[in-house]
Amino acid sequence: MIAPIVALAIAALVPLVVRNEYYLQILTQAYVFAISACGLNVILGLAGQLSLAHSAFFGIGAYAVALLATKAGVPFWFGLPAGVLLCSAAGYVIGSICLRSRGHYFAIFTLAVGIIIHLVIQKWESLTHGHIGVIGIPGPGPLGPLTFDSSVARSYLALFFLALTVAATARLMRSPIGRTLMAVRESEALAGAVGLDVMAAKRMAFTISVALAGLAGGLFAGFIGFLGPESANVEMTFNTLLYVMVGGMGSLSGPVAGTFIVYGLSQVLAVLQHYQMVIFGLALVLLIRFMPSGLAGAWRSR
Amino acid sequence: MELFAQQVLNGLVTGSVYSLVALGLTLIYGTMHVPNFAHGQLFMLGAYLAYSATRAGLHYWAALVVAVAGVAVIGVALERLVFRPLRHAPHLNSMIAALGIMLFLEAMAQNIWGEEFRHINSPYGGVVSLFGLLVTSHRLVLLAAAAALMGALLFFLTRTVAGSAIRATAQNPEGALLVGIDTSRVAMVTFAISAALAAFAGVLIAPISLVYPSMGVMITLKAFVIVVLGGMGSVPGALIGGYLLAIAESLGGTYLSATYQDLVAFAVLALIFTFKPTGLFREAV
Repeated sequence: MIAPIVALAIAALVPLVVRNEYYLQILTQAYVFAISACGLNVILGLAGQLSLAHSAFFGIGAYAVALLATKAGVPFWFGLPAGVLLCSAAGYVIGSICLRSRGHYFAIFTLAVGIIIHLVIQKWESLTHGHIGVIGIPGPGPLGPLTFDSSVARSYLALFFLALTVAATARLMRSPIGRTLMAVRESEALAGAVGLDVMAAKRMAFTISVALAGLAGGLFAGFIGFLGPESANVEMTFNTLLYVMVGGMGSLSGPVAGTFIVYGLSQVLAVLQHYQMVIFGLALVLLIRFMPSGLAGAWRSR
Repeated sequence: MELFAQQVLNGLVTGSVYSLVALGLTLIYGTMHVPNFAHGQLFMLGAYLAYSATRAGLHYWAALVVAVAGVAVIGVALERLVFRPLRHAPHLNSMIAALGIMLFLEAMAQNIWGEEFRHINSPYGGVVSLFGLLVTSHRLVLLAAAAALMGALLFFLTRTVAGSAIRATAQNPEGALLVGIDTSRVAMVTFAISAALAAFAGVLIAPISLVYPSMGVMITLKAFVIVVLGGMGSVPGALIGGYLLAIAESLGGTYLSATYQDLVAFAVLALIFTFKPTGLFREAV
């Protein structure tokens, strides 16, 4: 119980020390991507199902906030929950269908679903403006005395949502559903045989997972102010997958640490920007080969 | 009618490529139960190696041999270094490894050959008239070469001892091991064949479409659609499914909507999985 509080305290102090605008923005982005990584961890790490549609839901959440704000004048604070709700509803329905396929089939199915959603976002020009994307998305407005116009305030807002996400994931892991999910991960047939409702648990995991992706997407749209279809493409899923893998799938803090390390390094090191995907791809293979439970696993077995 | 015939012919050309790629994917899935997400990148590497070989002065067919051999070696290396050690790990691991290889190979190609579109000249540049349709000679050569390779593959799988060993391993790995089949060698040979098929397809299509780093992405996805359509692990399914999907796309793109042509394949896949969560057919080679 001590470690998370210490981590949160340190995180809360960082914006007071780091006053560089650019680094603060990277920090805020890292918080946002960490939320998405926590989401992927729920379906991948807890339930053991490789969903390749993850960033499509990130895109749905982002486009919901962006389009509600720019087309209907809906403020960020209503758009964000609307986006999360939309993702949850879509996730519930899509999860109910996709999760009937297992293992490899689930991965291939969700890959196709992810591509369909991405293609629809990209080609539905009258709604999404296609390749041009959405520009001029208003950021979060003031909440009572709190304003979110400065980079510092925005980083705290993102940190708040990340802390909420981690707390919710921790709660989920200890809940009966969390235990059911871990049983499903170890052996789906066995979990079913002892009378656990495998489908309900998996569907719940998928819904939570994509709701978090939608939350991250909504924050992303509000913070950046513009949005293109590439925010929903499959490569984003692969990046998120790497964040989770580096930190350690199935662990609570792993995805957050993984996001910070990988995203942070890729933004700071110029070498990494040029050879980013060469290194990312190689890292995925090496991790799965030699360190399948990531840094969290290495930490536990030190 | 002429438009229709033209589109069917185009479908057959694309279908030859789809089938070759899907055959490799299905062989690996059948024998090793790995959905090789990096399969399209082998197709892409084949095209690039042939490009470099022709630039170095080799004839088109010699370049094809070089590319096919080179990619087969890469396939063997992948099997030895990545997929074999993950044989007994959870199925998630080999899938994630395949995704990593996919990202790696594509990014490597981008670093080596750049983002620009490359072009390979075919020695068969002329145009032939076939039953009133005008066709470039290269397309006819492609159709014939693909058919010949598929015939050879079918002969190998059904009429030779090595081919039977592959089929036996696909049907029952433990059983195959028990009757003295070296399943570890089978896995290696299967990967080599699969990679070679993908490279062969890549070199054949390169003079028609262009060569670029992300050319493998769509073909992998299409091949998955075909393999799911025809049955994961099924050789005849991949063969027929490839031609069917390509003809459907070609006609759909002409008569329905060109914008959403690529969507057709994924919609088909989603529909199949919605109603048959385990695919259309039982797995079998």
